[in-house]
Amino acid sequence: MSESSASRLNVFKTYKLYVGGKFPRSESGRVYEVSDTKGKWLANAPLSSRKDARDAVVAARKAFGGWSGATAYNRGQILYRIAEMLEGRRDQFVREVGEAEGLSKSKAGAVVDAAIDRWVWYAGWTDKIGQVVGGANPVAGPFFNLSTPEPTGVVTVVAPQDSSFLGLVSVIAPVIATGNTAVVIASEKAPLPALSLGEVLATSDLPGGVVNILSGKAAEMGPHLAAHQDVNAIDLAGAGAALAKELEIAAADNLKRVLRPQPVDDWSADPGTHRMTAFLETKTVWHPTGSLGASGSSY
Amino acid sequence: MENKTSLFEYAPAPESRSVVDIAPSYGLFIDGEFTDAADGKVFKTVSPSSEEVLAEVARAGAADVDRAVQAARRAFEKWSALPGSERAKYLFRIARIIQERSRELAVLETLDNGKPIKETRDADLPLVAAHFFYYAGWADKLDHAGYGANPRPLGVAGQVIPWNFPLLMLAWKIAPALATGNTVVLKPAETTPLSALFFADICRQAGLPKGVVNILPGYGDAGAELVSHPDVNKVAFTGSTAVGKAIARQVAGTDKKVTLELGGKGANIVFDDAPVDQAVEGIVNGIFFNQGQVCCAGSRLLVQESIHDELLDSLKRRLSTLRLGDPLDKNTDIGAINSAEQLARITALAETGEAEGAERWSPACELPSAGYWFAPTLFTNVTQAHTVARDEIFGPVLSVLTFRTPDEAVAKANNSQYGLSAGIWTEKGSRILAVAGKLRAGVVWANTFNKFDPTSPFGGYKESGFGREGGRHGLEGYLDV
Repeated sequence: MSESSASRLNVFKTYKLYVGGKFPRSESGRVYEVSDTKGKWLANAPLSSRKDARDAVVAARKAFGGWSGATAYNRGQILYRIAEMLEGRRDQFVREVGEAEGLSKSKAGAVVDAAIDRWVWYAGWTDKIGQVVGGANPVAGPFFNLSTPEPTGVVTVVAPQDSSFLGLVSVIAPVIATGNTAVVIASEKAPLPALSLGEVLATSDLPGGVVNILSGKAAEMGPHLAAHQDVNAIDLAGAGAALAKELEIAAADNLKRVLRPQPVDDWSADPGTHRMTAFLETKTVWHPTGSLGASGSSY
Repeated sequence: MENKTSLFEYAPAPESRSVVDIAPSYGLFIDGEFTDAADGKVFKTVSPSSEEVLAEVARAGAADVDRAVQAARRAFEKWSALPGSERAKYLFRIARIIQERSRELAVLETLDNGKPIKETRDADLPLVAAHFFYYAGWADKLDHAGYGANPRPLGVAGQVIPWNFPLLMLAWKIAPALATGNTVVLKPAETTPLSALFFADICRQAGLPKGVVNILPGYGDAGAELVSHPDVNKVAFTGSTAVGKAIARQVAGTDKKVTLELGGKGANIVFDDAPVDQAVEGIVNGIFFNQGQVCCAGSRLLVQESIHDELLDSLKRRLSTLRLGDPLDKNTDIGAINSAEQLARITALAETGEAEGAERWSPACELPSAGYWFAPTLFTNVTQAHTVARDEIFGPVLSVLTFRTPDEAVAKANNSQYGLSAGIWTEKGSRILAVAGKLRAGVVWANTFNKFDPTSPFGGYKESGFGREGGRHGLEGYLDV
């Protein structure tokens, strides 16, 4: 929190989780101290529990039908709306990102701008990914045969630890652009930009439960989410090598789709499409084309 | 509901005109400024439903075309060099402003074109905004579009559009052109220049760099000047097949890339197992949407002989309930014909139909005294040799033919110089796909008709033109690939 320069005492924000479109505290009643890179206290963040994680999965599952069933156009409009809302709160995020990552105002500004543009990039993908990775298959027979991508379901996202905001947006947006819903574990040491993002999502026409944001320890929540039978996939972006291996093993129990952590030097680089395709299923539909005979075919 | 006749009586429910402010005169939009024509010429645009003069508009000539092309050329260097993500954000802004101003634009379009507010409000404008939204997203994703890495724009696009969907055709032309990094000189039709000029104002609100979009209201002479201008790299035309052929001749021997969306004589094929009520709605939508002034209209009904009488009875009953009149009335189904010239063409072709022996039918329908109107019309006992089965009428006139077998339906559907659209009505999926596979048409609707979406490519076979607009395919016409 920046000090108020006038004599007036400023009002601190109570940072809360974002689950099912609401802003609960952790059911455990626990918080932990969040400091800036120089060790100065910034706020207390909720220390989410296993129960919070399970509640988030319930919320994400509940939202999946509506979100995946929305038109791609509608999802694109909402992702673009997030960019609009974020642009309006740019100053707040520049401050929070600067404090969280120890960046100058101009560097933090560049990070926030890149995060806003990242939403715009994925807003444009919602109604194009199917045209790029799907298509008609020329099978050798009298059949119409079409493959289309579909979202895999509820995705747990272990957000990057260092890039508390651009990295965070870069892992959430591709998951939800295609119609998945997400349970996100924010950067443990820098969770505040993520918790504030929840406030932006809540005012962007994004249905509650599509994105659920938890702060706390990936090592505590991760194993429960990786083993959760109603989670379909897990993005291990922010998990260290040992935790990533543990979670991948747990994820095998119901064959979750796993995106392993990859070294990212620069989150502002062209993100490509792999973060979307990692959480897509391909559905192929066959249908006979029949013949033109007078009585037609029998099907 | 005390008596039965009140069922289809509606109180007037006009949309307010106050949402749109039409200036008494408009200039050409060149290099970010409104300007008079070099030779000072102007023309009047009227409301086809009342013949009221809406505004006086500058009429572009050869000198103006040259000036606009030069402005577009100057703007091209910077515009094409912008990162795709920045071009995308301009297009997203335009899409959002269109959404914000869509009621105003819908009323304007209805006034200038004569089509029902129900259509401009619920079809044209949502599709216009969606088209900009869709192509905005492509601007920074061209490497993923399937044309190899870093596909390049062509340069200056000269675009000539028709009067039947003025703003929607503008969107189909301008959105992909800008997304791919081209700059644009667009000529709207002489009977419907206003929405394009309002679009110029939207470009201003969006902060679009000057010269990227230039709008030249004018007649066919300006269109011909634009198409033949030596510094135009891309020609996109939507309109009649006759003009399309003239353009094809004009660009011969040049490097200009061309896309043409031309006429049609769409066959709407109804099999005996089709749900009749649903088919009737589709037939009505196919030929009476926008008064039939639609290049992909289902203007030939091919109905299986065994259900001909039943289907025609239902169709006639349905036509008797259509409401023709004030286009601004929210209950109006059939608006005005766009111009006196078009009305004369429809009238003449319908008379030819009668003279050649087809049987003409229209529901009891009172036409307003002012403006250009034509009652919904059916021709039965039509053969493939009849003019009304061959020529594009571009009006609310449906020609009904029959068939016995699927083979015969396909043969008759394909018996046309055109190949833009077709419809298939049957409960059997395999028959849909078998028939669709044999049809020589660019768009085939099954158990629906006249559906449009920015993600879906549109365009014709044969003399309906070449190239596709919309979808990933729509990028190709504006890229050097």
